[in-house]
Amino acid sequence: MFLNFFFDLKNANLPVSLKEYLILMEAMNKRVIDSFKINDFYYLSRSALVKDERYLDKFDKVFGHSFKGLENTSEIEEAEIPEEWLRLMGEKHLSDEEKKLIESLGGWDKLMETLKKRLEEQEKRHQGGSKWIGTGGTSPFGAYGYNPEGIRIGQSESRHKKAVKVWDKREFKNLDDDIELGTRNIKIALRRLRKFAREGAETELDLDNTIKSTAHKGYIDVKMVPERRNKIKVLIFFDVGGSMDAHIKICEELFSAARTEFKHMEYFYFHNCLYDYVWKDNARRYNEHQSTWDVLHKYPSDYKIIFVGDAEMSPYEITYPGGSVEYWNEESGQTWLTRTLNTYENAIWLNPIPEKYWGRIASTTVIKQLFSDRMFPLTIEGIDKAMRQLNK
Amino acid sequence: MKFEGTKSYIATEDLKVAVNAAITLERPIIVKGEPGTGKTMLAHEVANALGSKIITWHIKSTTKAQQGLYEYDAVSRLRDSQLGDKKINDISNYISKGKLWEAFESSGRPILLIDEIDKADIEFPNDLLLELDKMEFFVYETGETIKAKDRPIVIITSNNEKELPDAFLRRCFFHYIKFPDVETMKQIVQVHFPDLKKDLIREAFKIFYDIRDVPGIKKKPSTSELIDWLKLLMTDDVDAKTLKEKDPNKLIPPLHGALLKNEQDVHLFERLAFISRRENDNSE
Repeated sequence: MFLNFFFDLKNANLPVSLKEYLILMEAMNKRVIDSFKINDFYYLSRSALVKDERYLDKFDKVFGHSFKGLENTSEIEEAEIPEEWLRLMGEKHLSDEEKKLIESLGGWDKLMETLKKRLEEQEKRHQGGSKWIGTGGTSPFGAYGYNPEGIRIGQSESRHKKAVKVWDKREFKNLDDDIELGTRNIKIALRRLRKFAREGAETELDLDNTIKSTAHKGYIDVKMVPERRNKIKVLIFFDVGGSMDAHIKICEELFSAARTEFKHMEYFYFHNCLYDYVWKDNARRYNEHQSTWDVLHKYPSDYKIIFVGDAEMSPYEITYPGGSVEYWNEESGQTWLTRTLNTYENAIWLNPIPEKYWGRIASTTVIKQLFSDRMFPLTIEGIDKAMRQLNK
Repeated sequence: MKFEGTKSYIATEDLKVAVNAAITLERPIIVKGEPGTGKTMLAHEVANALGSKIITWHIKSTTKAQQGLYEYDAVSRLRDSQLGDKKINDISNYISKGKLWEAFESSGRPILLIDEIDKADIEFPNDLLLELDKMEFFVYETGETIKAKDRPIVIITSNNEKELPDAFLRRCFFHYIKFPDVETMKQIVQVHFPDLKKDLIREAFKIFYDIRDVPGIKKKPSTSELIDWLKLLMTDDVDAKTLKEKDPNKLIPPLHGALLKNEQDVHLFERLAFISRRENDNSE
C-alpha cells in the first residue's frame, strides 16, 4: 500500500525496518485514525517509523516528496503570506528597472491593491496574456511570468493564500545532526577503555569473603560487595574548522559512539591548537567560550583525555605566543598542551590523517613529541591501540 | 479506549494520534522531549482520561531489569534457615513482586509508566524486550509463568541522556514533545489558571520567551517553570504594570527564582540587563 513511501524512506537512509512498516500497516488496519486524513496519517506514520528526533526532519522531507499533491484531499489550515515578506522579497530580487516598473503601476501599495482587485475580478484559470493573473504571462502577478518575480502566486491557479503543510514546516530541522550509522565498530573499539570499580550500594554476595567469615565466626555471616561498574571518565577535545572540515564525518561518528559508550563524558572544541579557551557550541563559540583553566580545574586528574585533530598548522601556532590564527594568545599552544598533559596522566591524540604522512608535517611532529608519541590514527585499529594506551 | 486530552492537559493532535496508536496496538510508546514539557504528566493524564490505574516505575542508574519482574531474597532465606523459621519451606515467601508483575496482575488495562528509562544501564531496555513484547515472564524459583491479564498500556519517558537500542525502539511508538509554541502555551496556561488576566499573561509570556532566547543560558526555563512562576506572580499579586515596567533598575523580572535556576544564569541575565541599561543611557 505505502511500499513506495517505505522505500523512499529507506533510500533516504532513515533506519526503518520491516517490523515498523508492519506495525504501521497493523495500525491502519485497526483504524487507529478513523478517516483518511493525510495529517493524521502523517502523525501516525511518524510515530511508528521514526524513533529518534534526529531523523524527524529527514522524515518530513521524504513525506513531503512522496505525498506531493495529496494534500488537496484534506482540509489543511491555510496561511496568508504576510505582505511584509513580499515586499522584502521584491526589494531583494528586483533590479532598479523592475522597481521602476512597479513604480509605474503606482508603487507597492497600489500593486497589492490591484492584485486584490484582479483576484476578485478573475474567476477562471489564466495563462499567458498581460493583465490577468496566471502562469507564463507578462503581468506582474502570477508565477513563471516575464515580470521577474512579480508576485508569485503558487505554481497553480490558487488564491492569494498558500497552504502550509505540517511536514513542510520542517520544525525538526535543528535536531538533525546527520550522523551516519555504522558507529558500531567504533563503539566496540572504545569498549576497550573500561575500568571496573566497586562503588555504591552493596548488592552482590561476596562468596569468598562470606565463606571466610563464616568459618571464622562459626555461623553463617553473609558479606556483600557493591557491583562492578565501568568507572571510566573521558574528556574529549575536538579540533573544528579549517582543515578539519574534510574529517567531519569520522569525527561525528567517533563523537556519537563515545556518547553512548561512556557514562561520564565531556567534550570541548578548539581550533588548530589548544589555547586559553575552549567552547561547547560551535554556533556560539565567540560568545560562549570557557577558560581552559576552568576546564583543567573542574575535571579531576582521573579523567582520560582524548584530543581529536589533524595537528596540521604552522609550527608557530604551537610554539609561539600570539601564534594563533584567530586572536592574540598570551601563552603559546605548547604551554597549554603541556599544562594539560601535566594535569592528566592519561592523554592521547587521535589524528584523522593517515599515519604515513605525519613525518612530513612539521606541526604534527611537534605535537607527537609533546604527547611523547601517544598519537594514533583515527581508524578502528588506531582507536583500539589508543584505548589500550589510555588504560595503562 | 481513546485518549482525547483532558481538562488539565493540552495534548497536541500528533500526540493524541501517537498515544491512541499505542493503546490500540498494545505496544509501548516512548516519549522524549525537553525537561519540563510534561512527559511524566502525560502518563498520569492518560490514566485519568481512561480511568485506569497507574503504576509508576522510576528508573535510577542502579535499576536492573530483573527488579521490575521480581526479586528473590536468597540472603534472608539463608538467614531464616539458621534461625529455624518455618517460612523457609515456601520459597514464594522470599519473592517480592516488581512493578511489571504488579501491572500484569491488575485487571482493566493499567498504565505502566517507566520513567526516565535512559537513566539505567545501556543494556536495561534490551533486557525487557521479550517481557514487554509478550507481556509475560517466567519465575525460575517457583516455576510459574506470569502472564498479563489485560495488556497494560506502557508509557516510557526518556531524557535523551543515552541512546536506546534499535531492537527496543523498533517495537515501540515514538513521540517527541517539542517545546510548545505561544498559542499552545496560552492554552496550557489557560487550563492551569482560568482567571488570570490577559495583560498579565501577555507580559509574562514576553519575559518568558525572552529569557529562553538569551544566548548562553544554561538551563532554559520550561513549561512547568512558567506555570510555577505564574503561580507565584498570582499569590504575590504582581500586576501587568510591574512586569511591563521598563525601569532600568528593575530589569530582572520579579520572582525570577522560579525561572532561572542557576546562579550563573542569574549573573548572565543581570549582566545583559546592565548592558542594555547602559545602551539606553547612551542613546538618551
